[in-house]
Formats: sequence, C-alpha cells, structure tokens
Amino acid sequence: MPETLEHPIVVTARIPVSGMTCAACQSRVQKTLATQVGVSDASVNLMMGTATVTYDPAAVQPQALVDAINKTGYEAELPTPERSAFEEQESRDRATAEEFKALKWKAIAAGVVGAVSMALMPFMHQMMWITWVLLVATATIMATAGRHFYVRAWKAFTHHSADMNTLVALGTGAAFIYSVIATVMPGFFLARGVPADVYYEAVILIIAFILTGNAFEARAKRNTAAALRALVQLQPRTARVLRDGVERDVPIAHVMAEDIVLVRPGERIPVDGVVREGESAVDESMLTGESMPVTKRTGDRVIGGTINRTGAFRLTATTLGEASVLAQIVKLMRDAQGSRAPIQALADKISGVFVPIVISIAIATFAAWVLFTPDDSFVRAFAAAVTVLIIACPCAMGLAVPTAVMVATGKGAELGVLIKGGEALQRAGDVTTVVLDKTGTVTEGRPTVTDIIVTTPGTEDLLLAQVSALEALSEHPLADAIVQAAKGRGIAQGAVEAFESVTGKGLIGVVQGAAMAVGNAALMADYSVDVTPLSAEVARLADAGRTPMYVARDGALAGLLAVADPIRETSRAAIARLHAMGLKVVMLTGDTERTARAIAKEAGIEGVVAGVLPDGKVAEIKRLQQAGTVVAMVGDGINDAPALAQADVGMAIGTGTDIAAEAADVVLMRGDLRAAAHAIDLSRRTMATMKQNLFWAFIYNVVGIPIAAGVLYPAFGLLLTPVLASAAMAFSSVSVVTNSLRLRRAHIATEN
Amino acid sequence: MTGTDLLVLAGAVTLIVVVNWWFFVAGRTPAALVAAANGAPAEVVIVVDGGYSPASVQVKAGEKVRLVFDRRDDSSCSEEVVIPAFNVRQFLPSGARTVIEIGPLAAGTYPYTCGMSMLRGTIIANA
Repeated sequence: MPETLEHPIVVTARIPVSGMTCAACQSRVQKTLATQVGVSDASVNLMMGTATVTYDPAAVQPQALVDAINKTGYEAELPTPERSAFEEQESRDRATAEEFKALKWKAIAAGVVGAVSMALMPFMHQMMWITWVLLVATATIMATAGRHFYVRAWKAFTHHSADMNTLVALGTGAAFIYSVIATVMPGFFLARGVPADVYYEAVILIIAFILTGNAFEARAKRNTAAALRALVQLQPRTARVLRDGVERDVPIAHVMAEDIVLVRPGERIPVDGVVREGESAVDESMLTGESMPVTKRTGDRVIGGTINRTGAFRLTATTLGEASVLAQIVKLMRDAQGSRAPIQALADKISGVFVPIVISIAIATFAAWVLFTPDDSFVRAFAAAVTVLIIACPCAMGLAVPTAVMVATGKGAELGVLIKGGEALQRAGDVTTVVLDKTGTVTEGRPTVTDIIVTTPGTEDLLLAQVSALEALSEHPLADAIVQAAKGRGIAQGAVEAFESVTGKGLIGVVQGAAMAVGNAALMADYSVDVTPLSAEVARLADAGRTPMYVARDGALAGLLAVADPIRETSRAAIARLHAMGLKVVMLTGDTERTARAIAKEAGIEGVVAGVLPDGKVAEIKRLQQAGTVVAMVGDGINDAPALAQADVGMAIGTGTDIAAEAADVVLMRGDLRAAAHAIDLSRRTMATMKQNLFWAFIYNVVGIPIAAGVLYPAFGLLLTPVLASAAMAFSSVSVVTNSLRLRRAHIATEN
Repeated sequence: MTGTDLLVLAGAVTLIVVVNWWFFVAGRTPAALVAAANGAPAEVVIVVDGGYSPASVQVKAGEKVRLVFDRRDDSSCSEEVVIPAFNVRQFLPSGARTVIEIGPLAAGTYPYTCGMSMLRGTIIANA
C-alpha cells in the first residue's frame, strides 16, 4: 500500500515505558526501537517515561514495538482508551496553559507600550523624533506580540480561507501602513489634501486589547472542559492485585478480568468488579450524582473510579479498559461534546462566509465615506473601514453553542445525567410531557412481601416456610419475593413432597405433610375453602396496589400473603418537581387499572394508562405525539428500548453495565426519577444560554458593524474609534464563553 | 461625481469582487481521491496549517477512512477538528499527527470544520 502513495504514511505513537532509571536505559530503549523494521524515528523521554515512535503502520504493529521494549527488560504497555483520553486532556491542557501564558505576556507588553505611546502622542507635534520612536515601537510590537496574527492570516489566505486573524491583520496592517506613509513622506497625503496623521498608538492598543481578550478566552475555554477533565482523572493508575497469593501493585492496564483486586478504605476503586468478600460504603457521587454513600456487600457491583469510604474488601475484576463504565462515560461525554445542536446551523453557515463579507463591507464603507461626504473625508473613511474590520467578531458566533454544549454535558455528568449530545439537549429542553414506565422507574422494580396475615396467631413463620418452599419451585415473577422474604427472616424452607402449578390460579402441593394451596379466590373455591374471614383484607390490599394471595392448609384458610413492588423513596418528590416545572406526567404499566391507580395515587401522578403491553407503549407515545406534545420517556434501556426510541427524548435508567449501547438520548446513572427532572431542567437552562449567546453574538455584529461603518454619524455624529472597537470585540467573545460557564453553577440538584 | 470619486468607486467594486472570488471561488480545489487497499481503511494525511490541504477528500462509499491530521500551526483556531456526522470533536496537538478513523461511509458529502467552523473541508463518498 505505501508504494501507491506519494508519501508513505507514518503514525506517531506515545508508548508509556516504566522501569527506566538512567540515561543508559533511555538510550537502550531508543536504540531497540530505532532498529525495528518500519520505525523511522524513536525518541525516549526519561522524565516522562514515554517513548515517542514514528512508524509505518503497514510495516509494523504497535504491539510489536511494545514487545520489543519488553524484551529489553523494561515494561511497556499500549496506550489504553482511558489513558489516551487522559493524555489527550493533559496535552490539551498544556497547550491551553502555554497559550494563556504567552498571550498574557504579549498582552502586557503591548498594553505597556500602548500606554506609553498614548502618553507621548500630545508631544508629537513639538518633537518630530517621537513619531519615529512610535513607528519603531509599533513595528516591534507587531513583529513580536502581534506576530501570530499576521502569520496565521497569511497562511489562511493562501488556503483561500479567512478567520479572526485575517480581520485583525488587515485592520492593524492598514492603519500601520497609512501611518508609515504619513511619517516617511507626509507630502504624499498633504498634496492630496489629506492630513498626515499617524495611528501608531491605536495599532498597539488594538493588538493589546485583542490579545487580552484571547487570553481570557483561552482561560475560560479551559474551564468548559473541567467536568470531562475531572472524570478522566478519576481513573487510578494502579491496582493492588492478588496473584498466586502475593499482593502486588500493577499498572491498571495489566489487570485482567477475574483478577482479585484489594481495595482499602479511602482508596479509589481501581476497576469495575463484583465484591467477593468484605463490606463497605462506597461514594459513587462522581458518577451517579447520588450524594449518599452506597452500601456494598458480597455479590454487589462496584464501579472503577468511585471512592471506597469505610471498609476494606476484595473484588473480582469484570469490565476493563474500553468496556469499563468510566471509559464508556468518558467516551459518551466526548461524543456528546463533539456533537452539534441544530440551533447552531445558522451560526455555522454565517461563520463560513463571515470574514470575506466583513472585508467587503469595510471596502464599501470606505468608498461610501469618500463618495458621500465633503472633501476632508478620506481620513474618516479610512478610520471607519478599519473600525469595521476590527469590531467584527466571528469568534463569538462560533463559540456560542459549542461552549454551552460542553459545559452542559459536563454539568450533566456531575449530576449523574449523561446527555448524548447537542440535539438531545435541544429536544429535552422542549419536552412537555414525561411518560414513565412503572416497574423499575416509579417503583423499585423488585417486588417484596409487604403483608403476612394469619388466622392462627403466631404461625407467620410456619406459613412463610411452607409457602416459600412451594414458591421456590415456581417460575412466577412474584415467587422470588416470597423466597427472599423467608431467607431474609432466616426461615428454612420446608421439604416439598408434591407440587403442582394451577395456571391462572396459584399453586398446590404438600409440604412437611401438610396439603397447601396458595393463590386467588378461584383456587380457594376449587378446594371449598371459606375465604370470608380475610376477603375484606384482600380487597383493601388490592386497592393499595398490592397483590394479595390466600393460603390454605389442609383445606382451611391459614392466612394471606401480599406482595408489592414498592415506590422508590424519591419518586414522589421527583414527580412533584416535574409538575412544578409545568410538565405533564403519565405512567404506563402492564398492571391492572386498580393496581396502577393505587401506585399513581401514591406517587402523585395524574395520568395513568394501565394494561399496556410492551408494544402498546410505543403506540401510546405515538398517540401523545400526534396530539402535539413533545414526549420524554423514562424507562429501562433494554425492555423499553422501542418506546425510548419512539419518544422525542428517551431517558434510560442506566443499569451501569452497557451505557453506550442504551437506545436513549439521555442515560440516568442512578435509579432515581429526580435525575429525569434534572436532565430536563438542565436542558432548558442550556437552551436559554445558547439562545442568549447566539442573540448577543448576532446582535453584536448586526449592530456593531453598521455603527462602526458610521450609519449613526449623519444623525447623531456618532463614530467609533478602532481602539474602542477592539475592546468591544475582545469583550464579546469572552462574554459568550463566560455566559456558558454560568451553567456550571446552576442550582439544579437543589433537593440534594 | 469627480474623477477621484469614480476611481474610488471602481476600485472598491473591483476589490470586493476580487476578495469574494478569492475566498469563495478560487479556493475550490478538486477533491483528492483516496483508495483503500487490502481491506485496510482508506488513509489520507491532511496537513493543518491555517487551513486543510487537501481540504476535499474523495473516497468510495462503504469504506472506512483514516484521516491523519498533521497539524503544523499553533493557532488556537485550528486546535480542534469537528466532523459533525460522526460526533467527532478532536483536539489536535500542535506539531503532531492525530489519527481519526470514521466510517464505513454511506454515499454522501461529509463536511469537517475547525472548532468554530471557519476552516472547512469535505469528505465525499461516492457510490
């Protein structure tokens, strides 16, 4: 393949190498790499512990390079996604920090020289040499502090493209050339009736203002990525692994699935895993937004990057590297921050044609001033044209939406709400109706035994022992709740001698010699069991949304058990919040009307659609959409996937395993409906911010350019100076980024 | 209208035409054709130096594309490349090559821009 191309393709990779302690190690690794086939350049940095290799990917695989280093006795590893995310963030931060520092000093230098120049201006007419000093000072500032404007403008020009630098370079360049001519050969202007004025101090001050604006912008832009940076930094670099009975610290990339990892109190959990032994409280707030530590016991899942608070435990490593929860969140965030919001389309179109149009307006301004005003207008014409070039600010438009998307998705991640991009943000801001799946969303999704009533006092445990023995053999969804209830009370199941499931009615069987029947009134009737002593209780429980079942022992009513899927503690508050935000809330469920009503009443939901089959959810959402509402559907990402896809905004309650694959626009990292309210609230605020930003960026140029051109001069005698224009321009882009950053401080999770 | 006025008017009109021709018409270069070989993605090095060269890249539809951005300038304007169709917003370290793999591409035109959509390029996938 390389032969067919003009230039062979080379790729540069940074490979982390550990174990190098001296210059000799460094040169050894470097030599080894340089002699590999396909490697054109290799340099090893001892301080950073990295090898930078330039190689031909068609001739050598990166893994071969790693193997070559490992053979020399040092440890190398391929960069993993989260590591590369970390490094990218670091290199980006370094670049921004350097940019800020350079801009800061340049701005200070230009500002000081500009101030001195301004102070010298009044004396210029008495002492001609001052003009020459200013010429040299301006040329120096342009060639040093302002150099990059001209270099970049020229480069862009040769590519037939134009950006902010083009405008700055043209504006200051024109003013400078005018001033130089006025200094060197004033007769050229005087002969044509044009005053030979100079604008050196203006050129320096324009450069100073724009540099200051750029410096603030660089710093503010850095902050827009703060949340992503924080996430990337959650990943610990090493893990304490137990192998062959020996504990040792290994780099995170060397941890394998099924490894046993030790976690001490106060440490960050290095990898995703399942607790093997031990118990602790884990702070997952950085990923889920849940402020209370979560208790983790044997068998519970823990997520890499979260903080172990209280106890020590051992875990079995599960998902690693790219598949880890943290890496998936980082990837999702990066994708989201790279996405565009539809609202941006107009700004994008304008950005592409903005600079050439502004240059055209500047030329037209100059011509108009010369043509339509009296003879001495040349200087004003020139100043107005320069002011147009300087005041125009394409950056504010370009920054308006992306900075808001960056800050909002970052803020979302802090709240445990992963928004998959600008479009999702925009739609979530327009939502009018929130549709909730009942099971697992409004409720816990885990049925539990809520009531045990017995006809003979003191026989609760016996009842539970016998019923749970039968239920253990059943496949009914509620059976597990009864088995768990028995386990929870430490009750041993009785021995089952016979078992039969009666479809639609319940179970019958023989446990420890007793003939048992568990089920509804129809089953009891089949065995002529009189249920009247408890029928009032059953009706009451059913009205409360629970599922009661009669238990008969040896042909007589023994009692009843009720099972229910309890409402999540947070649901009521979350629904109240959604209502307070002016949203309509509808609950969908496959339950009967009676149960659904009871749950809805308890949760404070006004709209209920009961008896919905899984594909009925999609139809119900379609019906709402046809009625003109913008629907957000909250449900679990797997069973409700079609409904989530149909809704304008699908919000999946993340199971924490496969975040990226969820068929949703928003992933809620904790099973808490308040997160849905947070997502909508955040989206609304973000849309408001974007609109403000776009409005100001547009209005600034739409109003600023004509004023700079002098449209207010005939009526009000108002003209802007180029220096004032440069200050306005610098302020406009900084203000847009600063406005986006306000989202970081938005009080969204007020109930926490 | 004096002679000077006419001169200024003619000069201004000419200049405006030249500026717009230079930025909007003269910049249209034919797309560089890139082909994939042996099942590997089509690979192209795009030099980022105040603009993209080649700015326009042509590939066959259905292929993956490896874009190797070789950023040679240090202007903050070009520090990011954005490919909206693939949700890519990638930081390009100055003085280094950054590989972005996208695709397989359905037939169509995929614009890519700098972080603020001022520098522009396109990837054209032909059926």
